[in-house]
Amino acid sequence: MKPLVIAGKTFNSRLFVGTGKFSSSEMMSRAIEASGCELVTVALKRVEMENPQDDILSHLKAPHINLLPNTSGVRNAKEAVFAAQLAREALGTNWLKLEIHPDPRYLMPDPIEVLKAAEELVKDGFIVMPYIHADPVLCKRLEEVGVACVMPLGAPIGSNKGLETKEFLRIIIEQSNVPVVVDAGIGTPSQAAAALEMGADAVLVNTAIAVASDPVAMGQAFRLAVEAGRMAYEAKLAPVGHEASATSPILPLLDDLLNH
Amino acid sequence: MTFYDTILPYDWEQTRAMIAAKTPADVERALSTDRLTMDDFAALVSPAAEGYLSEMATRSYAITRRRFGNAIQLYLPLYLSNICQNQCVYCGFNCTNKIHRTILTPEQIHAEAQAIKQYPFQHILLVTGEAPHSSSLEYLAEAMRIMQQYFQQISLEVQPLDTDQYLYLKDFGLHAVYVYQETYNRLRYPRYHLRGRKTDYRYRLETPDRLCEAGVHKVGLGNLIGLEDWRTEAYFTALHLRYLENRYWRTKYSIAFPRLRPYEGEDGFNPDHPATERNLTQLICAYRLLSEDVELSLSTRESASYRDRILPFGITVISAGSKTTPGGYTAPSHELEQWEINDGRSAAQVEAAVRAKGFDPVWKDWSLFMQQEMIGSDAATSHL
Repeated sequence: MKPLVIAGKTFNSRLFVGTGKFSSSEMMSRAIEASGCELVTVALKRVEMENPQDDILSHLKAPHINLLPNTSGVRNAKEAVFAAQLAREALGTNWLKLEIHPDPRYLMPDPIEVLKAAEELVKDGFIVMPYIHADPVLCKRLEEVGVACVMPLGAPIGSNKGLETKEFLRIIIEQSNVPVVVDAGIGTPSQAAAALEMGADAVLVNTAIAVASDPVAMGQAFRLAVEAGRMAYEAKLAPVGHEASATSPILPLLDDLLNH
Repeated sequence: MTFYDTILPYDWEQTRAMIAAKTPADVERALSTDRLTMDDFAALVSPAAEGYLSEMATRSYAITRRRFGNAIQLYLPLYLSNICQNQCVYCGFNCTNKIHRTILTPEQIHAEAQAIKQYPFQHILLVTGEAPHSSSLEYLAEAMRIMQQYFQQISLEVQPLDTDQYLYLKDFGLHAVYVYQETYNRLRYPRYHLRGRKTDYRYRLETPDRLCEAGVHKVGLGNLIGLEDWRTEAYFTALHLRYLENRYWRTKYSIAFPRLRPYEGEDGFNPDHPATERNLTQLICAYRLLSEDVELSLSTRESASYRDRILPFGITVISAGSKTTPGGYTAPSHELEQWEINDGRSAAQVEAAVRAKGFDPVWKDWSLFMQQEMIGSDAATSHL
């Protein structure tokens, strides 16, 4: 399978995992290990960035794990840019998951503030991975300002409803020149597989793993599903069709028409 | 237009009768829908729903895990002052109570914060009585300035303020304000609030509107359970929540469940409408079914045993090791308590109990630097 490359960095896993909502940091660490994931999101509001004993950070020390700080909690571009700059300094990474949701109920991303912040952060040398609605035009606009990938949602955060935005994801995947990571809403391994089959470059999963009765087993299930989905995509799915078959009565008529 | 205009047309007794008349069929309908109407909520807090507690709790559990995962946030109240000009018949700080009155000096506030910091608390709730000349706006600002050196999320439970005063306090890191209406029953409200500024039902009721207009991140609602019929109170609290959610979509909301107990002694306040733990369970689950995202907070007014048992079924925030006296963390004393603590466990014991239930105790879920008004200030950069 082709490895995934974002901003020049190669990932062997196309599954990204969020670190919130687990029953303990130990459980989080084990589930991430089982998932095979190499990029984990960390909420800046949850960690004490300058504290080496920080419970979450100290459980994410494995060498193959890359940290992707997220700005969850900020409400506008100004707050996001400020948080990003602090994160870069304290965590020593210029990778950033840009999340701006002024709506605390459904955590819907604010497209206007995200575009503003993305432009500024890219200029400032950040590798920006923006969380957005599945909006094809917004994806193109973000691509133009230089983001490293786009992260459209499949369904509202934490809803486990799957690929509710499928038709728009299809357009985004078709048009995008940067990797497309389906973020939010993926509740089952089969939904993750479906996203990869469609051609999504990766998926980000949190609640579905963290809240499962057995997060470690679920992490592994997602790993397998993501691999299967990607493998199927690369193997080129057999065409879906039932219009014509060898026994169809239309064939002699077609033959008559075309080979007359 | 504020919530006052919304609630004014409602008649308390009619609402109470409407809830009492709900049937099991109404409850079943409420349990079969994803988006509750106020009528559905009325069914869930009605006597008819008492036979459906296990269904309600099961759903409440599932919704809470999906939205909040296995995280339980911890916070601590810090009482700055028990000086109060209000005469509220149910409260230990009642101005007619002959107790020693005190307000912490900056040095004492530092000492309290340092005592609290033996645990990893990052969320602090500052509490005062209502006394504009002692716990003034400037006093609160100064206390918050001190808090910034120790904590990442600073909340207030103090007298209601004006919009511009909330705007002013945002510069000092104000994150959330909790202001409980005590009772939504406008006609009976004066019976409990005899003297002081708190006698103004409307000003208190409109406080969440002012907070939202000021852009405070989170607003806490609640009523004092036991003063009036708790089912009717819940209906109006829920109505308040719905009103705010629809109007101020940027604000986060929280609901608390302060519950009065029957009082054995002679001098204490004995509530006319006490609610049982089972009632409280029904209430907590009903709110969770009403709103998937509202924070539900349970204080140490409830017993350790009940707090441990209810924890999985909708609660997202708890206090631990609380003292409700000014100076209580450096010099514990029961004499000055605002209300009696029923869960006297230390923060470490509560933390262990949370873990034993399979949940992750979360001490920090906010950073001061994420507040726009803080950007550029010393607090934002010196305490990552």
